[in-house]
Order: sequence, then structure tokens, then C-alpha cells
Amino acid sequence: MIDFKFLSETFFALLEGIPVTITLVTTSVAIGGVLALGLTLLRRTSLVAEWLVSAYVFALRGSPLLVQIFLIYYGLGQVSIVRDSFLWPFLREPYWCAITALALNTAAYQAEVLRGGLNAVPIGALEAAKVCGMSRFTMLTRITLPIAIRQALPAYSSEVIIMVKATSLASIITLFEITGIAYSIVSETFRAFEALSVAGAIYLVMNYGLTTAFAALERKLTPKSLPIPTRPISVA
Amino acid sequence: MDGLVAYFTLIGFGPKGWGAALTSATLMTVAVSVSAFCVGIAFGTLGCWAKLSGSAVARGCATAYTTVLRGIPDLLVIYLLYFGGSQAIGSIARMFGHQGFFGLNGFVVGTFAVGIVSGAYETEVLRGAYQAIPKGELEAAEVAGMSRLLRLRRIVAPQTLRYALPGMGNVWQLVIKESALISVVGLVEIMNQTRIAVGSTGAAFTFYGTGAALFLLVTTVSGAVFRNAERWAMRGMPKGGGRRT
Amino acid sequence: MSKLASLAVAAIAVVALPFTGVVAKEWTTLRVATEGAFPPFNSQTPDGKVIGFEPDLLEVICERAQLKCETVIQEWKGIIPGLLAGKYDAIMSGMSVTPKRMEVIDFSVPYTNSPSTFAVMADNPLAKALGEDARVYLTDDAKAKAAAAIAIKALEGKTLAVQTATIQLDFAKTYLTGVKTRVYETTQEEDLDLKAGRVDAIFASGSSLVATLEQSQGKIVLAGPKFYDGLLGIGSAFGIMKGQPELKAKLDAAIKSTIEDGTVKKLALKWFHVDTTPRQ
Repeated sequence: MIDFKFLSETFFALLEGIPVTITLVTTSVAIGGVLALGLTLLRRTSLVAEWLVSAYVFALRGSPLLVQIFLIYYGLGQVSIVRDSFLWPFLREPYWCAITALALNTAAYQAEVLRGGLNAVPIGALEAAKVCGMSRFTMLTRITLPIAIRQALPAYSSEVIIMVKATSLASIITLFEITGIAYSIVSETFRAFEALSVAGAIYLVMNYGLTTAFAALERKLTPKSLPIPTRPISVA
Repeated sequence: MDGLVAYFTLIGFGPKGWGAALTSATLMTVAVSVSAFCVGIAFGTLGCWAKLSGSAVARGCATAYTTVLRGIPDLLVIYLLYFGGSQAIGSIARMFGHQGFFGLNGFVVGTFAVGIVSGAYETEVLRGAYQAIPKGELEAAEVAGMSRLLRLRRIVAPQTLRYALPGMGNVWQLVIKESALISVVGLVEIMNQTRIAVGSTGAAFTFYGTGAALFLLVTTVSGAVFRNAERWAMRGMPKGGGRRT
Repeated sequence: MSKLASLAVAAIAVVALPFTGVVAKEWTTLRVATEGAFPPFNSQTPDGKVIGFEPDLLEVICERAQLKCETVIQEWKGIIPGLLAGKYDAIMSGMSVTPKRMEVIDFSVPYTNSPSTFAVMADNPLAKALGEDARVYLTDDAKAKAAAAIAIKALEGKTLAVQTATIQLDFAKTYLTGVKTRVYETTQEEDLDLKAGRVDAIFASGSSLVATLEQSQGKIVLAGPKFYDGLLGIGSAFGIMKGQPELKAKLDAAIKSTIEDGTVKKLALKWFHVDTTPRQ
């Protein structure tokens, strides 16, 4: 009943999509992380900046990523100003469109995660740093960010896993990552259920590995004297 | 100015406009989201009960459920249910001697798929909320001689709901956005309608932008409803909400 | 809890409701899947109606076969898995009869046949470089390979758009080896990317390119030879589940009558502007 030969063939074909999925995730999470840090710092400069950043976060979190991908890929491709600009060599490629959409999207979520982390930095720690005569910059890099990032780690790990899942949407703009390859197998063999199940299993293993790695990192970064931060409920 | 006129002709309610289609698509998004959210609550309640139950088997099943559903892309879940669901039901029916095939329409599959995915998140939300109920209150209720059912109705359910509301608000937002994925099984909600409109007009930027705005409208309006519900549920609680100690 | 319980019951009821209907073995009703995004074969209007060559023809066929037909929209790449899963009884969506598809489903006799060809921007030198506008039959292997070689040379360093799960994709993989192809979900997305300049040419069914050309108002033109037969199949037909001879007989008879009395020709001229009646 179960065709193991087909399942193993599918499995090996899908393995080729893993590097694409991984580069999509790492590149977009990294770019998104830098953007999120920028947004978070910008947010603290003025009221106007705070308002702008909130609007950005609201728009990107309030609409589906699928719409954002279509808007960036097909929508921007239609605007002649974009086509004539220096950005076109990038936006011409589906790969960079996917990265742009994923990075802009995750930046909004990561900015919220960071904000939560920053709010959790104890005032006492900051006061102590000030009294020690640390400059604003030193305080940021030595006290605020390390504590904030550690606090934000559980939420951050959820965000990365959500990004791994989100890369499957890149298949819709012609990219051949795991889901894209799975679909092409479906269209050649018409065996949707088997091919997609194998793809699902691969994602599951990847995400399980990520969860375990993040949990280990969390334990490592948390000083023995502090309780392990409670895992928040992760919701996209 | 001409651009604006052209835009409103395109998305307006005139003979060449997509206004009516986009409106009914928005209603479809709301309808499928509400149904999926309810299905999610059902699955979440079941999952939460299983995770908190004494039975190791039930706990194992619930953990497997939340791990798997949160670990694989939702697009795949929808496809698997869409193609696998009818196959499974069809073969069960044939075992009982039925002929022919069973069709599942896009609405049911979509509702079910998004419901199952959101149920995994709902499980965690409800579990966290249940655990936030002060143990003393449960003990007090027991000492006061309340039956299990009465405790559930008077103490556990209302308090769980109260603590769960913020998390449920997040799940609701997730459900709305997930509903966009149902477009792949042919349901004409916002995403699918904009895709159809782009196909027939070529105006990709206009329609995808409008689609995004419609989603923002739905998330904003319903977000406000949830905030009000939260305020209502937290009435009489000390400011700052959360756990009483 | 009681509230939650009743919600759960309601949810289960909603899910279980549609399971009650069973299709009768005697064919009186027919659920037909269409992509609804493949003009002029089939496309959707703002109010959700499916229009095009196929809906028009389906109406006549259903009337003659005494079937009550119901249209189901199904996106393209899942259209055969959907049939296999029993979501509908037949596919009518510009789907060509090919040996590969015949391994998993059955086909009626074809009701239209059109060649596959290229479309490019009118101002692109590719319009000439892809070769002459001639009929090339894949059954004539030498001629087919020669035509393909010209196309391969013209497309060097360029990108070609093809739709997923189509005979055109099979053609590109077999004959246009080495050409960089990008695989799209719908033909309309191919059109968008051709206009945006992300791809240099589209390879698709000549009939479906009619819509592309019309919508572009002269900016897009057909180019190169028109390919027929071989792995490109013998035309579009209804796809049905294997082992349903009664349904096949019913559909075949109705299709043949629409071909004989010129209905197909009339509708083809209306939607494709050329006669695409398949050879008998």
C-alpha cells in the first residue's frame, strides 16, 4: 500500500531544496534583524519616528505575507519608476523579491520581539551602569542589548521557526525551495498526498532541530542565578 | 487626479469595477476566519484538556499535535487536508459499501485546515491561561463544597477565558492572515479575488495593494473588538492585569 | 465549559454536513473542474462567473448528454490530484491529452487542438530570432530538432516562461535543453513578468496566447514556429477518473456531435479567432 520507493525518491529530490530554504531563512532573518534593531533604536529618537515605526509594524503584521510577496513581486514589477531604478537588477530576480518580502515582514515582528526584550531590562541594571560611569553606547552594547536579547530569545526562536515555514510561500513566485520542488513532483506524478507529506516531515525535522538548538542557547545564556525565562506562546 | 479616478473606477461599484466582488470576498474572509477560529477553539480546548490530563497517552497525542502543526508550513497542511481529506473519507465510505466520491468544498477544507493549525496555538494559550488561575481559588471552591462541574463553570471556565483573551486575540489575527492561504483551494476570499482581478486587468500593484488594505481593515476592526472584550473581561481586576498573588 | 462544548459540537456538525451527499452511479449530474484563469479557454468575471470557450461549449455538451453540470474552480497544479481525490467528476480546463496523464486518468475525445508557440515583446529582436512561423510536427523528429535548435540558440542567456504542469513545460525540458526556464502558476503571471521584463519569452498554447496578445494591445507578438503532436498531445479533452466507460461514452458522443454540427468551429472562431477543431 505504501510505496516506499516513491517516498525515498521524493525525499532525495526534496533534499536539494533544503539549501535554498536555509539561505532564504538565514539571509532574510539576518537582514530583518538589522532592520529591526534600526527600527527599535529609531523608535526611541522622536515622537514622529515612534509613530512611523508603529505604522510600519502595524501594516506588516496586519496583512498576510502572501499578499506582501505578491505586492512586491508582481506589484512593483509593474511600476515603471521601480523598473528604471537601481533596485531593478535585484527586484528583477524572484530570489531577491522573496528575500525582500521575508526580511521586511520579519523586521516588523522582530522589532516587536526586541521591544518586549528592552522593556524587560531592569531599571536597576541601567542605573547601576550609569553610576559606574558607562557611556550611553557602552551601556547599550554591554547592558541593554545583552539582557534584552536574552529575554527576547524564546520569542525570537519562535520567529525563526515561523520564517522557516514562511519560506514555503516563495514557491509561489517560481522559487524551487522544498515546497516548490514538492509541487513540481506533484505535477509530474499527481501524487499530492505522498509528496507533500514527505515535504512536511522535512520541515518538521528542521524546526525540531531549531527548537532544540535555541533551547540549548537559552540555557547557556541564562546565568545560573536567574530562572529560565518562561516560553511565551508563539503566534505569528 | 486622473490616476485616482482610474483607481476608483477599477475598485468601485460600477459595471467595470471590482467593488462588489471585493466586498463579498472580504465578507468571505471574515466568514471563513470566524468559522476557523471556532474550530480552533474546539481543537484548542481538546488539546488543552489532553495536555493537562493525567493520562500519558492523551498528553503524548496533544504534544504530537502541537509539535507537528506548528512545525510544518500551513500551506502544506491545507494541501494535505484538501487532497488527503477526501481520499481518506472516500475510502472509509467505500469500506461501508458506498459508491462514488465525497467532495469537500473549499470553505469546509479551509475552515478545517486553518482551524486545526490555530487549534495548536490555541492549546498553548488556553493551557497558559488555565495555569494562571490561582490555585487557592480552586482549593477554596473545593472546600466550599462545589462539585467538579460547578467549579468548572463558575471558577475555571470564566477565569481561563479572561486570562486567555489576549492570547486568543493573537490567534485571531493569525487566523485572518492564514485565511489568505485558503485561496489555493479555490475559495474566493480577498487574496483569491485580488489574484483573479490582477489576472483579468493586469493591474497588479493596484489590486494587491487594495487586498493588503482590506486585510488591514479586517485586522484593525476586529482587533478593536478584542481589546474591548479584554477590558470587559478584566473589569474589577487590579490595573496592570495578569496574575493576582 | 458548556459553551465551549456546544461550540465544539457546532464545529463538528459544520464539518460533517457535506459528507452526506453521494453521487449517483447513473450520470445525471456532473461536477466539472476548471482553472478559471486560462483565457480565452476559461476565465472569471468580476461577479465570479466563468466565461470563455469552454463554458460555452460545456453548456451545449451537458445539454446534449442530458447532464446537469456544475462548475468547480480549482487552481491548475492541483487539478489532476483533485480529480483523483474525488473533488469533482471531470476536468475541462484546456488540458491536453498526453501519454503521461493517460497513465493516471482517462480522457474523452478532444474538443479543440491548438499548437504551442512563443510570445515575446514586439520590440524584442527575439521576435525574429526564434525562427520562421511554420508548422512543426514533433512526429517529424529531424524537423522538430532543427526548429528547437534555432530556438535554443535564440534563447541563449535569456529566460523563458512556462506554466507549471503543462505539456509546454514537458516540451521545454525535452527539446529546449539548456534554456533557462521559469515555471509559473498561471499564464496571467507569465504575462505580467513578460511585460515587466523578468522573462524574455513565453512558451504556451497558441489559443491561450490569443488572450495575452489582445490584452497587450500590440505590445506582445507571437514568434517562432508552431509545434504540434508528439508530447504536445492531440488536443484538449475532458479528463475523467479511470474505469468510467459510461461517462466517457456520454461525453464522447456529445463532443462528436458538437464537432460535426460546427458548434466547436463557431465557438473557436468566437474565442480564438481561428478554427481549432481537432482532426477526426
